[in-house]
Amino acid sequence: MKNIIGFIRQNYTFFSFLILQIVSLVMLSSYSKSHQTFFGNWNNAVAGTVNSKYNEWAYFFNLKATNAKLVAENAALRNELAQNFVAYDTSIKSGTLILRKDSLEKIRKFFYYPAKVVGNSFTLQKNYITIERGALQGVKKDMAVISPDGSIVGVVIEVNDNYSKIMSLLHRNSKVSAMLKRDRIAGSIEWDGMSPDILTLKNISKSASPKIGDTVLTSPYSSSFPAQLMIGRVSSIVKDPSSNFLTLNIKSATNFYNLEFVYLVQNKRMDAQADIEQKGEGNE
Amino acid sequence: MNNILKNSARFILLLLIQIIILNEIPPIHQFITPYLYFIFILWLPFGTSRIATTLLGFAIGYSLDMFTNTPGLHAAAASLIGYLRPTILNILLAQEVSEELSKEPSIGTMGWGPFMIYIFSITFIHHFYLVLLEWLQFGDFGYFIGKVFFTSIMSMLLILLAELLLNRRKLKR
Repeated sequence: MKNIIGFIRQNYTFFSFLILQIVSLVMLSSYSKSHQTFFGNWNNAVAGTVNSKYNEWAYFFNLKATNAKLVAENAALRNELAQNFVAYDTSIKSGTLILRKDSLEKIRKFFYYPAKVVGNSFTLQKNYITIERGALQGVKKDMAVISPDGSIVGVVIEVNDNYSKIMSLLHRNSKVSAMLKRDRIAGSIEWDGMSPDILTLKNISKSASPKIGDTVLTSPYSSSFPAQLMIGRVSSIVKDPSSNFLTLNIKSATNFYNLEFVYLVQNKRMDAQADIEQKGEGNE
Repeated sequence: MNNILKNSARFILLLLIQIIILNEIPPIHQFITPYLYFIFILWLPFGTSRIATTLLGFAIGYSLDMFTNTPGLHAAAASLIGYLRPTILNILLAQEVSEELSKEPSIGTMGWGPFMIYIFSITFIHHFYLVLLEWLQFGDFGYFIGKVFFTSIMSMLLILLAELLLNRRKLKR
């Protein structure tokens, strides 16, 4: 025992080095869930403060571009409004006079919240975006995130009081259900970690006949994303003779380099959908 | 006291440069992410003990990790170079230079040759370990070698640039 203690005391530098290495490797490997709950909130608060200080500067210099974007978006929204006010067609008399169901009233499924981006990375293998809107302002886990152009950005993975963290599409584990606009065949969007501009669309059936330049949209199967949002365009097609599926490289429509504002999308019926998707296995 | 102040200022400044500038610039190529923050370890005075450089390496690495959401990645790499630094310096330095404990490694105090070998070996070890840890999570060997090589060259250029810009030669008597 005495010898062991002596040995450790003689080599205490080496042992403290070993301990530090082990600590960092454990942190790195167990990052997924446990780290997020233990340190996540605290780290988010510290890094969030510094990031928002820095962002105040960056924000100032980008005001012009942001303004242009806002104006464009306002115009788009106004157009949409005008389209909504179509006069009721009174020239057609309905055969059944008694059927009076108000067809104008619809149930709203998706709600949009704006949020300011205060932290953004795109050079790493696992990229995250931090936004200044948290649980107190109505953000929930698994909400979808889209950019002002209407192209998709990622999914909320972590929320504290005033900040939330988004897993960007540029993340090794990111997976979003997508479809080709041409023939409505669905696959899943992933990222291979190579270039921030290029995403991969996997598991496209070989019956599809994609062409370079085809539009890729979100599919109606996703529970967090509304259907038919822009993802990107096909830039090249990888044919693998040994598989029944095609892999397509997609030029991303989202510009991840200069995200300033994003919109969070809340699906009011997400829980209900997830619930029904998980049921039924016991009955088979 | 002066030394402590100077080095804490450096710690914060290098961290800010790394976070605000180098991590933000669009990647020149998929291989290259420029790293400069570990120049803090390179510039510690000769007399800093091994345990101090290791702990400081861990501290600056972990601080950077908090901003890049990769807890432990940079901390592991920076504490490794902190631990190896005294060994490399002992091999490279003549006895009389390493006795001037308050001086810092630079072209002026070490000379061109040894200093280049010093920064090259530390940069290479840092990137090799850093990319190895990343690579263990998702692998492709060509990507690994390419990334280590090109990122090392990029960092070497940045370090030399910092060295020449700050003109730390004048320390030589």
